[in-house]
Amino acid sequence: MVWRTIARHLFSSHAGPRRADPAVVQALRRKLQAAGMKTLGRSLAIRHVAAGSCNGCELELRATQNLIHDLTQYGLSFTPSPRHADVLLITGVAGRNMVDAVRQTRAAMPDPVFVIAVGDCAVDGGVFKGSPMVGGGAEAILPVDLVIAGCAPTPGQIIEGLLALLEANAQLPRRRR
Amino acid sequence: MILCTEDEWQQTAGDLIALWTDATHAYALYHPGILRAVALTGGAYPALDAAGAAWFQRLAYDLNGHVATGAQDTRPAIEHYRAPDGTAAWPEFMPITGEGVHQIGVGPVHAGIIEPGYFRFSLCGEQILKLEIRLGYAHKAVLALMRSKSPRVAARFAARVSGDATVAHALAFAHATEAALALTPPRRAVYLRAIMAEIERLANHCGDIGAIAGDAGFAFLDARFAFHRENLCAAAFVAFGHRLMMDVVIPGGVAGDLHTGGAAAILAALDGLETELPALTRVFEDYTSLQDRLIGTGIIPPPLAHAYAAGGVVGRASGRADDARQSPGYAPYDTMTLQIPVANAGDVAARLRIRLAEMTASLEMVRHWLRGLPEDGIAVAPPAGEGMGLGVAESFRGPVWVWLVLRAGVISDIFIADPSTAHWPMLEHAAPGGILADFPLINRSINASYSGVDL
Repeated sequence: MVWRTIARHLFSSHAGPRRADPAVVQALRRKLQAAGMKTLGRSLAIRHVAAGSCNGCELELRATQNLIHDLTQYGLSFTPSPRHADVLLITGVAGRNMVDAVRQTRAAMPDPVFVIAVGDCAVDGGVFKGSPMVGGGAEAILPVDLVIAGCAPTPGQIIEGLLALLEANAQLPRRRR
Repeated sequence: MILCTEDEWQQTAGDLIALWTDATHAYALYHPGILRAVALTGGAYPALDAAGAAWFQRLAYDLNGHVATGAQDTRPAIEHYRAPDGTAAWPEFMPITGEGVHQIGVGPVHAGIIEPGYFRFSLCGEQILKLEIRLGYAHKAVLALMRSKSPRVAARFAARVSGDATVAHALAFAHATEAALALTPPRRAVYLRAIMAEIERLANHCGDIGAIAGDAGFAFLDARFAFHRENLCAAAFVAFGHRLMMDVVIPGGVAGDLHTGGAAAILAALDGLETELPALTRVFEDYTSLQDRLIGTGIIPPPLAHAYAAGGVVGRASGRADDARQSPGYAPYDTMTLQIPVANAGDVAARLRIRLAEMTASLEMVRHWLRGLPEDGIAVAPPAGEGMGLGVAESFRGPVWVWLVLRAGVISDIFIADPSTAHWPMLEHAAPGGILADFPLINRSINASYSGVDL
C-alpha cells in the first residue's frame, strides 16, 4: 500500500508555490515604514486567537497546514505560546467577552508584533456588525497591520496575505543591531 | 404546539431536546418534535427536572431575563458581565478540597487553532477529579440579529451560527421557514441539499478522526485525513462555489445549481477517500499503542446519554439509536432505509467507530444521488406569510433544531438549538477519571461547538 501511494504521488502534479500580490506588498511596506515597524526575520511564528468567530475561519486556518497548502514551506508556523510569537492573528468579531483575553495575549507577546485580522468578521464585524455584543472587527481591540478579507477566506488567500507580510517586511530598511 | 398548565408542563415525560422563552411563553421541545408551551407568569415559569434543561434555563435568563422557578443551577450561561459592579468577574468554581488537589485553568485562548472557551480542571496528580466549563466567549447575539429580518436575509446568520456545520444549520433554518409557510422546495433542491449535508459530514468526520489520531501521536493519520478533508472542500468549491458551502442552502431551495464539472470533482474526491479508507481504518485496528489511548477513554455511559437525550455521534456511541434524518425524518432520507450505527461502550474508540461507519454510508448516498438528480427547479420564492415553524437537520454532530415565528414576512422570534448543548455537560462528566493528557482526545471525540451554543 505504501509503495502504491508513493508511486501515485510521484506521478501526480501539484500547484506551484503561492506568491503575494505585489500591490498589497507595496501598500503594506509603506504602512509598516510609516509606523516605524521594526523588522523581523523570514521565519514567523503565528499565535492565533478566535475573538468571536463561527469556526469557519478556524477550519480554513487549519487547512493552511495540510499536505496541499503546506504553510511551513514558507517559513510560517502556528505556535501555542505567545512568548515566541511574531504575529497575532485574530479571527472573528471583537466579541465583548473576548476583548480582555485578546489584550492579554498581545501583552504576553514580545515586540515587535504584527497584528493580522483574518476573515470578514475580524475586518469589520462582518454579518454581526451592529450587534450589541460586538464591538466591530479586531481594530476595535488593537491596531491592525494587515487584513485578509473573505467569509471564510480560502487557505490560498490566507497564505497569500501572510506572504505579503513576509515580503513587505523583507523590503523594510534594515537597522543595525 | 400543545399549550399546557404548569403541572402538565412539569409532569411531561420524554426526551427533552431544547427549552426557550419568548415574551409570553416558555417552550419545551421533546423528541421527535413535540412542542409544549406554558404561559409565563411575572416573567417566570416552572423549572424542568430533565438534566438537559439546566443549560437552557440558564440561557433563557441570560437572553430574556426569564426565571425558571425552582431551578437548582442558576449560574450564568453566556453572560459574563453579571457581577454586582457590572464587570466580568470570574465565576465561583466549585473547588474540591483534599490532600494534593490542585486546579488548572485552560483558556479562553487555547493552544490549537480552535474557538474560545474556558476549562477549569481539579486534579490530583495526573488524575482529573472535576471539570467545569465556562462558555459564552463567542457570544454574538445572533438570535437578536435575526429578528425583524426576512427569512432570505436571516439565512446568512443561520449559516454562521456554527461555521463547521453551516449546511446543517442553514438546512434546519430552511426547514423551519418552509414549515411555517407550508412551502415545498423543488426535488432537485432537496437532493442538492442532501448532497451538501453529506459532504459536510464526510469532511468534518475526516477532520475529527484525523485530529483524534493526531492527539494520540499518529501524525501520519492526521495528515492523510486532513488531505481527504481538503479534497472534499476543494470539490465543494468547484461544485457549489464555496469550500464550506456557506449561503448555498436558502429557504425555498438552494441559491445556485451544481456547477459544471461539480459532480465529477465530488466523485473524484469520494473515490480518493474510499480507496484509502480501509488502509487508514486498519491502522486503528493494528496498533495497540493507539488502541490503548482510545479504548476505555472518556466514557459516557448510556444512562448519562439517555438523561441528556444526547443526539448525534455522541449519543449513538452510547446506545441511543436516534438520527434526525430518520426520526422525525425529512426528505430525501424519509424514502430510504438508513443504517444507523450504534455502540454501547461510550468511549473515544466507540465515537470514532461510529464516525467511520457513517462515512461509508455517506459516501454511498452522495454517489447514488449524483447519478440521478431530478430536473425540476432549484428554488421557489418564499411568500411574505405568517406562521410558526419547527425545522430539524442532522449535522455531523447531531440534530440542529430551529423554531421560528414569522409575522408579516419577517422573523418575529427564533430559537436555535445546537446538539452541542447536550454534549458540553457530558464532557464535564466524561473527563473525570481520566488523566489530563487524555482530555484533548476526549474533547475532540465529542467536538462540541462553542459558537453554536454561545449564539
